[in-house]
Amino acid sequence: MINTIPINYYIMLSTILFIIGAVGVMARRNAIIVFMCIELMLNAVNLLLVAFSTLHNDANGQVFVFFIMAVAAAEVAVGLAILSMIYRNIKSIDIDLLSKLKH
Amino acid sequence: MIKLIGLVPLFPLIGFIINGFFGKKMSKSMSGAIACISVLASFIVAVLIFMEVSASQQKSNVVELFSWINSGTLKIPFSFLVDPLSCLFLLIITGIGFLIHVYSTGYMHEDEGFSRFFTYLNLFIFFMLLLVLGNNYLIMFVGWEGVGLCSYLLIGFWFKNDAYNKAANKAFIMNRIGDLGFLLGIILIFVNFGSITFGEVFGKAASIPTATVTAIALLLFVGAMGKSAQLPLYTWLPDAMAGPTPVSALIHAATMVTAGIYMVVRSNVFYSISETASEVVAVIGALTALFAAVIALLQTDIKKVLAYSTVSQLGLMFLALGVGAYSSAVFHVTTHAFFKALLFLGAGSVIHAMGGEQNISKMGGLKKALPVTFLTMLIGTIAISGVPPFAGFFSKDEILAHTYEHSQLLWFVGSIASLGTAFYMFRMLYLTFYGKFRGTHEQEHHLHESPKSMTIPLMVLAALTVFGGLLGMPEFWGMKNWMSENLDPIIIRKNPSILSHETEWTLMIIAVGVAISTIYFAYQMFMKYKVLPAEKEADMKPFQRVIFHKFYVDEFYDAIIRKPLDAISQVFYKFFDKQILDGIVNGMGDITKWKSQQLRKLQTGHIGFYIMAMVVGIITILFFSLIK
Repeated sequence: MINTIPINYYIMLSTILFIIGAVGVMARRNAIIVFMCIELMLNAVNLLLVAFSTLHNDANGQVFVFFIMAVAAAEVAVGLAILSMIYRNIKSIDIDLLSKLKH
Repeated sequence: MIKLIGLVPLFPLIGFIINGFFGKKMSKSMSGAIACISVLASFIVAVLIFMEVSASQQKSNVVELFSWINSGTLKIPFSFLVDPLSCLFLLIITGIGFLIHVYSTGYMHEDEGFSRFFTYLNLFIFFMLLLVLGNNYLIMFVGWEGVGLCSYLLIGFWFKNDAYNKAANKAFIMNRIGDLGFLLGIILIFVNFGSITFGEVFGKAASIPTATVTAIALLLFVGAMGKSAQLPLYTWLPDAMAGPTPVSALIHAATMVTAGIYMVVRSNVFYSISETASEVVAVIGALTALFAAVIALLQTDIKKVLAYSTVSQLGLMFLALGVGAYSSAVFHVTTHAFFKALLFLGAGSVIHAMGGEQNISKMGGLKKALPVTFLTMLIGTIAISGVPPFAGFFSKDEILAHTYEHSQLLWFVGSIASLGTAFYMFRMLYLTFYGKFRGTHEQEHHLHESPKSMTIPLMVLAALTVFGGLLGMPEFWGMKNWMSENLDPIIIRKNPSILSHETEWTLMIIAVGVAISTIYFAYQMFMKYKVLPAEKEADMKPFQRVIFHKFYVDEFYDAIIRKPLDAISQVFYKFFDKQILDGIVNGMGDITKWKSQQLRKLQTGHIGFYIMAMVVGIITILFFSLIK
């Protein structure tokens, strides 16, 4: 059933997701939203990897995706911890307020 | 025994290391004893080796210690050459060196730099031995530079006095000019012969064009001019008297300054081939002998008199080398080492007694207070004046006889120089030891004979001065000239005397007559009419003033070399350095600074901007890589 959907669609979808993510990272100032946008970009790439993996009948792509998800989970844990520390320090998570590496 | 030649320079090196590293922790007598014993040990080994070489048929022995430089075609083993010439120098260096070490233990006793002094002195002996033992020009050069370094260190030994430091610098820089010539000579030898080992080079010398040999010989002679204080590079030696007196005796009279003569004798093959080079050596030697003798006539500093006398005597030795009388030159080196070391040490004893006073116009009548010093110095003075039967007479006479064979004009110049020698030496003797005391009352009270450690070396040297002439008795007296026979294997072109016995007798009688009448003249002048050196410059006659100021040579060098150099340096400093070089360097800095000022505006700290820049960058790169 998956094979009935042409690869173009997957590429389109993941490109759209990636651009949404990229624009979100660039445009938003709320750190959590920026963070979510980064996840979105990662998952756009994951989607593309899985799609091509199926197309080529090659399991390598899917293995990569698992790794990326595992690493992304770890990254989320670290990232959220950093965010909570930032909030404790400056009582805000606006990234524009973090323009200096000091108080 | 010859195999053990390495021990000879090793002992002073050990002494140097011990005194250099632990000297401060040891007592004075301990460090003095180490220094003396190390040189004595070398002397003993040197005597044994000397006897073995004299006895054996094998005159030239090469002892290779280790392979030193091995690079492509350049192979230089660290090897020593043991032959009659180097053995003779070994004996002079270690023998007189030992006596002067012993003397120094007395002379330097009150000095705070006692162990430092002996450190330098031992190092000097080591390098000097290296210089005369080396089997190739490179080892000789290492020793050559090493003795220059020690000379510098010892001239500036009392480094708290700025004038002494300047004298040390002067000696070092003047020597550097000569050393450059020597180095160029060595390079030229290597280029032409493909080797710098004595044996190989001298063997091939005849097959090289004479012009090249002349160039090599002249460059080597430039080195000798610097080290042996010949015109025009002699001005450092009188200033070198700033060092302690034993240093003047050892380095600036007996050994180091004769290194130039050793080098020319060692390279006599070149000088035998090149007539031009020999002629230059002879003329420069004769001129130096005369020039320095004239300057010495009016000096009032006891050490300066002796220093100019040394320059003059070295000039005579070069005159001998130039006319091909190599063994006579070495003979004169030997006797000169005896009597000049004696005179310097005697002068040191006088200075010691006078509490540091060196001006002979402030001395006088020291005969009674310093009997041993007086007697030994009298012997030295008679010897240097060329009165038989003392050592100086024989060597000087031999040189003048050979010079007469070669050129009567040079003989005349040499004779005038030795006439001057007799005059200024007796002037110094009379002013110092006779007449009334002219110093302060305190000095008169302080006068005393020097301790045993100082007087014994004086006596030994006096004995050598008396009997040193036996080393080279004139052949026309029907005696054996040991010196010339001993050095026979080293000298390539023999120089048998072609003069008739009558001529030789005449020359000898003229020389002695001139010397004695000069001494009588000096006696009349200083004993009877009690002429004293002019107190003030205004009292001098114009020609005296010129001589007193050493013909203004220092001032002349100052005007033609130092001042223009300073002026050029100023121009370069102000224009080239300040404007151009500093401009370029500072300009670079300014540009970087300005660029950074502009670029740092990009670093806003806004994450959004960074990401934007990143995305734009990635898109640009992708875009360009896709359309390619």
